[in-house]
Order: sequence, then structure tokens, then C-alpha cells
Amino acid sequence: MAIARLITKAENEDPEATIALRQLYPKTGRAFLVGITGPPGSGKSTLTDKLVKELRKRNKTVGVIAVDPSSPFTGGAILGDRIRMSDLALDEGVFIRSMGTRGSLGGLSQASHAAIKILDAAGFDYILIETVGVGQSEIDIVKTADTTVVVTVPGLGDDIQAIKAGIMEIGDIFVVNKADRDGADRVVIELSQMLELNQNMGEWFPPILKTVASRNEGIIQLVEKIDAHKDFLNSSGELIIRRKERISNEIFNLILKRVSVEIMRKLAEDNWENELAEILEKRKNPYDVIDRVIKELLQ
Amino acid sequence: MVESKIRVLVAKPGLDGHDRGAKVIARAFRDAGFEVIYTGLRQTPEQIVAAAIQEDVDVVAISLLSGAHNTLMPKIVNLLKEKGAGDKLVIGGGVIPDDDIPGLKAAGIAEVFTPGTPTSVPIEFIKANVKK
Ligand SMILES: Nc1nc2c(ncn2[C@@H]2O[C@H](COP(=O)(O)OP(=O)(O)O)[C@@H](O)[C@H]2O)c(=O)[nH]1
Ligand SMILES: [Mg+2]
Repeated sequence: MAIARLITKAENEDPEATIALRQLYPKTGRAFLVGITGPPGSGKSTLTDKLVKELRKRNKTVGVIAVDPSSPFTGGAILGDRIRMSDLALDEGVFIRSMGTRGSLGGLSQASHAAIKILDAAGFDYILIETVGVGQSEIDIVKTADTTVVVTVPGLGDDIQAIKAGIMEIGDIFVVNKADRDGADRVVIELSQMLELNQNMGEWFPPILKTVASRNEGIIQLVEKIDAHKDFLNSSGELIIRRKERISNEIFNLILKRVSVEIMRKLAEDNWENELAEILEKRKNPYDVIDRVIKELLQ
Repeated sequence: MVESKIRVLVAKPGLDGHDRGAKVIARAFRDAGFEVIYTGLRQTPEQIVAAAIQEDVDVVAISLLSGAHNTLMPKIVNLLKEKGAGDKLVIGGGVIPDDDIPGLKAAGIAEVFTPGTPTSVPIEFIKANVKK
């Protein structure tokens, strides 16, 4: 099945996608996954476009998954990342897919994990995953990518505090984009001070780079740092550790999902409405019900 | 299986430099629950078709003000067919003279929406005509 259609089927949780993913699994693991996260408007898509072009110069094929938030109210979304990548549309060595978060709490839906596997099995050398860095999604990206690039820009003001709280620990590489603007050096200093405070730093000390994505400045250095991190992950054995953790998370989430569907089905069968009424009337204790349901489930 | 979402590529080919209309329709489509892929200004038919295929959209909505609709719209339809993606619903919108509409429809544009049409009209048209 063509890549594009298969991703659609995965998004729609079509059983055919599960069958295909099962078959594809042995072919996955070759691609190097780079997460690019940061606040809206920080230049992630522009940076992605330039990164792809630099990787293409090095004869690498690239898949891009660009995730933007879906509206929690209508489920609709405007996925505009391709605006910055229009020159790539006709390059056979590049595949770009825009995805909505579709209600996934963590920013990366199960479908994006599936899309990554599909592109990986299709043989792309690099897969770039762009996600908006707000809250939980940053944590998601680090569970998913081999290398996480955290993008920030001068002039965010107090947002740097949010960055400190959320993502200092997850960045393998920090990029201060829009370095053509005032204050880039100050952001670099702030970031490096925060990094030095970070206690759980391993053998890799995250570099901080300045880029002007819109003018293609600093991109070669960024690709070099990504490749340096890739080498570090390989030589230190960290790649295996990260990937093990990732697949563990993914399996756990998939099991959880299947089990929760089972539970909902079982509760619906079990006269659930009446039981809820009894609980509200204090004739039954919810904690007893929980114990019973779990006991029955584990039988 | 979950309910599949309608995916729409809002395309803006041609040389005219503003995309207010395309943005209005993109927002209306989003509010109708569609996933809208917006590719920006001045796209060539080849770029639009490549994006439509990779994004596996159900609908290609072409917004045009430049007057080149009689060449650009049929070209997109033909390229889609060539690439084996002739099943996508192609609709058009913009300043298009009534006299041109029959020709566009004959060329495979499913429907044409002229200025002043409430956004609910293309939305209902898409909902009714996307094969899901
Ligand atoms: N001044 C300046 N603008 C940039 C730079 N990189 C991107 N931009 C602009 O910032 C805006 C948002 O960029 P985009 O890549 O869409 O950001 P994203 O939301 O993080 O994906 C666009 O108008 C870009 O042209 C840069 O290095 N300097
Ligand atoms: Mg973006």
C-alpha cells in the first residue's frame, strides 16, 4: 500500500493499518528520528525546510511529520507547516505529512507513531518530527525521537521560564532561531546557565546554536551537531536505551488502549447505568466496584 | 476504527499575491471539523498535486483570483488523474465568470463557488460528496 494511504488508515485506526504495521515492523529501526519542538512561530517549519535541504545535499532521504494542534471543539485543524516547505514538494527523496493532534493529550498521537514507522520502513534515512512545544508534547517528543532539537527565539520574555521548567532536560540540542533579532546572545547565555544548573546531565553536553532559518544561516552547523549526537548515541549505547524505552512506552500505551476499550465494553454489559445510580445513592461504594471490576478483568 | 476526518488541501495557485479568501475558507473548513492543509501562495499545479497525494487529502479546494482558472484548474485535475489520484474531489472558488463554469465542470471540477457564496455551501457540498 502506498505510504500516504497507509498513514491515513493508521490515523483512522483502520484494522488494515494494524495488519500492515505488523508486517512492516521488522523493516523499522534504520531511520534516525529527529524531533524539532518549540513555541508556535519560533521558526520550526522554516528550520525543518532548511534542514531537509542540507540533508538532501548530503544525499540523504528525508521524511517529515509536521504535527499541529487540532481544535478541541470541532476536531478540525489548519495544518500550515507546508507553507514553509513548498520547494520540497517535488523532491522524490522527501515525503512530508501534516497531522493534527486529534485529541491526543501528548501532542503526538498514536497515528504519528505509526506514521514514523511507515516512513522508517519505507527507507527514509532521516525522519524529522515537528511538534508545537506546549507542555506535555515536549515530553512526548523526547520519548519518540532519537535526537530532540529544542527551538527558542529572542524576545519570548517570561516564556524562557516555561522553557526552563519544561524542556531544559529534554533538549539534546538547543537552537536560538531568529538570531537576526536583538537579544539572541542573551538567550544563549541564559540557556547555558540553565544547562549548567541541570544536575542529571550525562556525557553529552547539549550544544546551543544560533540560527537564522529564514536566511539559511547556521543550518550546516545544526546538521553537524545532529550527526554528532547521532554518533554519540551509537557509540555510548544510549541509542539502544532510548529506543528500548520508546518501544516499551508504545507497547504499554497500546495495551492500555486495548484494555480500556475492553473495560468500557464490559461495563456497558454489566448494567453499568444502574450501578452508577446505586453509587450516587450511596448504596454501593465506588471503591468496591473498582476492586470487583479489576478482579473480574484479571481472571 | 474511528470516524475518518475529511482532509482538504486549500491550494492557492497563480501569481496573485494575497490569500485572504483562502485563509477565510481554511478557517471555515477547520470550524466544520475538517483537517485543512494549507500550502501557501503561488503554488504550481505540480506542487499542489504532489502535496495532495502525500497528504492523502479527500478534497483539493483551489482558490484563484488571478483569472488563470481556465488553464490552472483543469491542469490540476489532469495531473491528479495522471498520478492515479483522480478520485479526489476537486472544487474551485474565486472570481470566476459564470460563462466559464460549464467548461470547468466539464474539465472535472466538481463545483465552482463564486464570491459571496456563504462558506456553509462548499462545506455542505464536501460533506455530501466525499466518498467515505
Ligand atoms: N526574522 C526571522 N524570521 C524567521 C526566522 N525563521 C523563521 N522566521 C519567520 O517566522 C515565522 C514563523 O515561522 P515558522 O517556520 O512557520 O514557525 P513555526 O510555527 O515554529 O513552524 C515565518 O514568518 C518565518 O518566515 C529567522 O531566523 N529570522
Ligand atoms: Mg510549523
